[in-house]
Amino acid sequence: MARNYIFVCGGIGCRAMESEQLKKNLQREVILRGLSDEVQVVTTGCFGFCEKGPLVKILPDNTFYVQVTPEDAGELVYQHFIKKQKLERLLYIHPETQQRVTEARDMDFYKKQFRIALRNCGIIDPENIEEYIARDGYAALAKCLTEMTPESVIDTVKKSGLRGRGGGGFSTGLKWEITRRSPGDEKYVVCNADEGDPGAFMDRSLLEGDPHSIIEAMIICGYSIGADKGLVYIRAEYPLAIKRLQKALQQAEEAGLLGKNILGINFNFSIDIRLGAGAFVCGEETALIHSMEGCRGEPTYKPPFPSVEGYMGKPTNVNNVETFANIPVIINKGADWFSNIGTEKSKGTKVFALAGKINNVGLIEVPMGTTLREIVFDIGGGIKDGKKFKAVQTGGPSGGCLGEQFLDTPIDYDNLIEAGSMMGSGGMIVLDEDDCMVSIAKFYLEFTLHESCGKCAPCRIGNKRLHEMLEKITKGKGEKDDLKKLKALATVIKETSLCGLGQTSPNPVLSTMQNFYDEYKAHVYEKTCPAKQCKDLITFSIIEENCTGCTLCLRNCPVEAITGEKGKVHEIHQDVCIRCGICFSKCKFDAIFVE
Amino acid sequence: MKRIKSVKDLNKIKEKTTVSSHVVPGSLNDDPVIVKVAMATCGIASGAKDTYDYFVEELKRRNVNAIVCQTGCMSYCYAEPTVEVTMPGEEPVVFGYVNTAKVQEIIDRYIIGHELVDGIIPASYKTV
Amino acid sequence: MINLRIDNKTISVPQGTTILEAATKVGIDIPTLCHMQLHDMNIENKPGGCRICVVEVEGRKNLAPACCTEVAEGMICRTNSVRVINARRTVMELILSDHPAECLTCAKSGQCELQNMAHRLGIRELHYTGGQSSYRIDDSPAIIRDPNKCIMCRRCEMMCNEVQTVGVLTAVQRGFNSVVMPAFQHDLMHSECTFCGQCLAVCPTGALTEVDETGAVIRALADPQKIVVVQTAPAVRAALGEEFGNKPGTLVTGKMVAALRRLGFDYVFDTDFAADLTIMEEGTELLRRLNGYLKGDKSVKLPILTSCCPAWVNFFEHQFPDMLDIPSTARSPQQMFGSIAKTYFAEKLGINRKNMVVVSIMPCVAKKYERGRKEFAVNGNPDVDIVLTTRELAYFLKLFNVDLNSLPDEEFDQPLGESTGAGVIFGTTGGVIEAAVRTAYELHTGKELPRLDFDELRGMKGLREATIDFDGLPLRIGIAHGLGNARKLLEDIQSGKSQYHAIEIMSCPGGCIGGGGQPYHHGKEEILRKRQQAIYLEDELKTIRKSHENPYIQKLYAEFLEKPMSAKAHSLLHTKYFNKHNLAHK
Repeated sequence: MARNYIFVCGGIGCRAMESEQLKKNLQREVILRGLSDEVQVVTTGCFGFCEKGPLVKILPDNTFYVQVTPEDAGELVYQHFIKKQKLERLLYIHPETQQRVTEARDMDFYKKQFRIALRNCGIIDPENIEEYIARDGYAALAKCLTEMTPESVIDTVKKSGLRGRGGGGFSTGLKWEITRRSPGDEKYVVCNADEGDPGAFMDRSLLEGDPHSIIEAMIICGYSIGADKGLVYIRAEYPLAIKRLQKALQQAEEAGLLGKNILGINFNFSIDIRLGAGAFVCGEETALIHSMEGCRGEPTYKPPFPSVEGYMGKPTNVNNVETFANIPVIINKGADWFSNIGTEKSKGTKVFALAGKINNVGLIEVPMGTTLREIVFDIGGGIKDGKKFKAVQTGGPSGGCLGEQFLDTPIDYDNLIEAGSMMGSGGMIVLDEDDCMVSIAKFYLEFTLHESCGKCAPCRIGNKRLHEMLEKITKGKGEKDDLKKLKALATVIKETSLCGLGQTSPNPVLSTMQNFYDEYKAHVYEKTCPAKQCKDLITFSIIEENCTGCTLCLRNCPVEAITGEKGKVHEIHQDVCIRCGICFSKCKFDAIFVE
Repeated sequence: MKRIKSVKDLNKIKEKTTVSSHVVPGSLNDDPVIVKVAMATCGIASGAKDTYDYFVEELKRRNVNAIVCQTGCMSYCYAEPTVEVTMPGEEPVVFGYVNTAKVQEIIDRYIIGHELVDGIIPASYKTV
Repeated sequence: MINLRIDNKTISVPQGTTILEAATKVGIDIPTLCHMQLHDMNIENKPGGCRICVVEVEGRKNLAPACCTEVAEGMICRTNSVRVINARRTVMELILSDHPAECLTCAKSGQCELQNMAHRLGIRELHYTGGQSSYRIDDSPAIIRDPNKCIMCRRCEMMCNEVQTVGVLTAVQRGFNSVVMPAFQHDLMHSECTFCGQCLAVCPTGALTEVDETGAVIRALADPQKIVVVQTAPAVRAALGEEFGNKPGTLVTGKMVAALRRLGFDYVFDTDFAADLTIMEEGTELLRRLNGYLKGDKSVKLPILTSCCPAWVNFFEHQFPDMLDIPSTARSPQQMFGSIAKTYFAEKLGINRKNMVVVSIMPCVAKKYERGRKEFAVNGNPDVDIVLTTRELAYFLKLFNVDLNSLPDEEFDQPLGESTGAGVIFGTTGGVIEAAVRTAYELHTGKELPRLDFDELRGMKGLREATIDFDGLPLRIGIAHGLGNARKLLEDIQSGKSQYHAIEIMSCPGGCIGGGGQPYHHGKEEILRKRQQAIYLEDELKTIRKSHENPYIQKLYAEFLEKPMSAKAHSLLHTKYFNKHNLAHK
């Protein structure tokens, strides 16, 4: 058995910088120097520090070498394993100390992620309450019930600076306080698990991976606001999350952590599950409450806020899954510990579902204040296929697209709003040079169009008109005034809509107009799509010098728009072509030109 | 399970519990090998159930003293199914893209052969 | 008190007041489309959906809907800033962009709140146009539903669900496709709809209108073979004047009679006559049941419920099929009139019923449905042939160049035009039971009533009760108007909690004066109050105010029916009810 390992990062970012060749060279060196029995070279997944790739990590001494080229292999093996010295010049220079990092205990520098909400996901068996307890589970509840008054719990949550993770960013502690103060013989704790942003699955993962943390937080919330009843509103499309939550509830009940006289204290709490039918608008808290009451899921004007008049007219505290997941840690570690993480106004961490044109698609949790650049290029491993970064879409259909100029903006609630987007619940979709920003705005608007409840006129009709205008623009039929009208209408929809859905629905349009106005202009005035995505604005033609007359495109064209003889230059007939792009993807000689 | 009536009860459980679930009986070592399969919706959709079943079956067949259990999302969506293997007394190692062929390789070369195999996912996060 | 400023006017209002209400107090009329409030009847619709009433509130990022934003101390509002006007007009343009531009041919033209609002906001051009909603038009015998004209104000839904608790109309679909209609896109005929017409009474547009039957009347009048007889319901005379510019509450009984003659009706009769007849039958039934009950007859059920209102009949047939034996079996005055006209009066004229056309002028759209019920026809010939609403009559008069205001007062024809004050108060909530009390008391006690005005039975409260001393017998009476209130009484009966001997139920808030066929009140409840006052005034002006003293009623019994609840009366004036619980959605 080998005693030493050389880990070579096989992440896509490092592979692009010859890490495969590096691995081969290292293996050769190990064999040549007779180290085969002691040293094994292993390829790993992405380390999440792609800007310094290719990366090499040596175990068990935990040495981290950065920007290692295939040519460095010989020196590295010789120096590290024969001379038993660290190869100084390839060690990472810590940006703060300007020292080369040699010590194993300093090795966490590349770990940009910090997990609070996701602390147990992928670690414990979610269907086993004891494993949750083994990782400090229900310790926060015990602390609250035995050592803290409801007021001091609220105070701790307030001081922690935790803000709602569902997107709104309202102070969680303040919400609890208002609900506690609202007069009412009955009060409710509601967990909003109606996750609906396209591409977002933070809440699902939390409920599937660590359901007890949500249950524990809901009980703590009930204790502090004076409620004895909790409801989880979860979409029926999440069967596994529902199953695990049900199981967890059952276990908690059997263990006496739910029910009467919890932990021997005069405090009762029970939790029920309510299934949502998957309407996006039911993530809006008043719509959610109406849906739970058995009414049509549509919002009502606030105030009155649910904290004052919620479920069945009673004071109701509605928090999102991720918000709840933070609570036990805040109680256990204290408000100060939590408020030390993050930025001035946004504390703690945020979970994002990182997706789109990015190498390491995944669920990430980073401290507030992390930059988009760190997320995209370090954690996310950069853009797929070596393409150029264009924008990050945050906040789902309520958010916006942030371009290159925002890559170094620290992410927090306020910065994102200032940049024209919003935190949202945590969907983060990376776009590359091939994405047409007008089409992206249209895509998100289409989503809102389907998901609007239709109650208020600006959202119901305004978004339809916005969408129609975008449709027109992407078809090359945009008129001179359209951009002005688009902006004017979007602004009115934002200002006059009834609920958060409508008020934010034009954000994808407004933010892309703000950050990618040139693309809009190109569509309207030049009738071109710079990203070459809008079918009505592009043409495919044959580059004569490259065409070998192989007939591959001709045979694959679904509408017989291509003619030509074998061995001779082909021709694409524009009047027949439907711009499906199949010829482009099939051609092996780069002989198809898109413009 | 027994009712938890006090903080003391809670602490007792905390102290005694490590991880449990499917124990695959065997006799190689006293301390079992722990295999955790990430089984959130996305993992299952990528084949984590097959991975899980194959681990249970194969470790039993090979008489390895091991515990195979499910866990939630390990968050490496790009590398599902993901599996974490903890050898007795060693740091846990996460493997990505673990189909049944990969399970075979992990059992043969890592669990039994004690050498690492390609496809390790380095932990890229700190946690509380 | 909360102090705030609206358009630079300072005002103090109680906490809980909305910006809209506060603005009204300083003479600022913020436009609204969906908002509607009838304080007396506890009816309120403020979904905050139309967004026409948005105003600027200092310190708020977005505009706030005045109708549902409560005032706060120190609040500063602007109702007419450039930003507000621009937003308001844009929203209006959006609403219009999804509304058929058929104003000139729309039934609601001239009465349309959307049209008025477009005019008020000075909309001259739609900057945003595009796809429009397209739905099937639903033709029922009484109500036409054109969802394409729905602007989602939700007033009808509120009336149907919260006030009437019928639950037929509801918002369906989502986003641009959302619209108010019956579940599963059923037709009204295949729903639990009672045809009370409260939805169309409050609809701001032409999305809900009554079926127009004036054409049939014109054809009948032009047919020399036909004797065309018209009856007018009590509530019509208290509202028709509004359509000719008169103040609400103007009584136009005599002019209405004159106008109907000008239209060419052969006989102008009064439903009030049939109302008196109803009292004879229903009052007698009440006394029979009461006496049986007092004698300990276990088969007799009390309370007895009135049955004049066709929407109410539909309501209990659909929703309380286990209680079909509780309401009185007496037909409604409209149907009693039709039945008598085509028998007694046709015999008098010596004509075949087929050559007689009975036209009703009703404040009601459910009457259009009622006249088509199979049990109200003889060999396929209906007792009542055509029903026009008060509104239709107004259009009809205008079409026939009849200027109501310039006409002299004329008297109804006889014998079916003579009525008492008891007959006329059928038009308001509390009136039927008051009329019944006036007759039943005297029949029961054999004594003359010491007083005729029962103030304890009058008013606008949705649920009222009173105990009338029937010479030692305390007769307990319940009154409900609005089907939601009726439901409460019925549920009490079902659970055995009800303590009443007799209950009057009218489907429409206010009774027939607030019927679905009346001139649009556009949510102004003082109009209903004025109409109610007019009804009681007409009662007061009558010399005879008790149904059983109507000489023509006495003559009718003497010549034709023998006595109340005789076999003949039974076959002509009574009916039975059907279980329709499972009929809907088939």
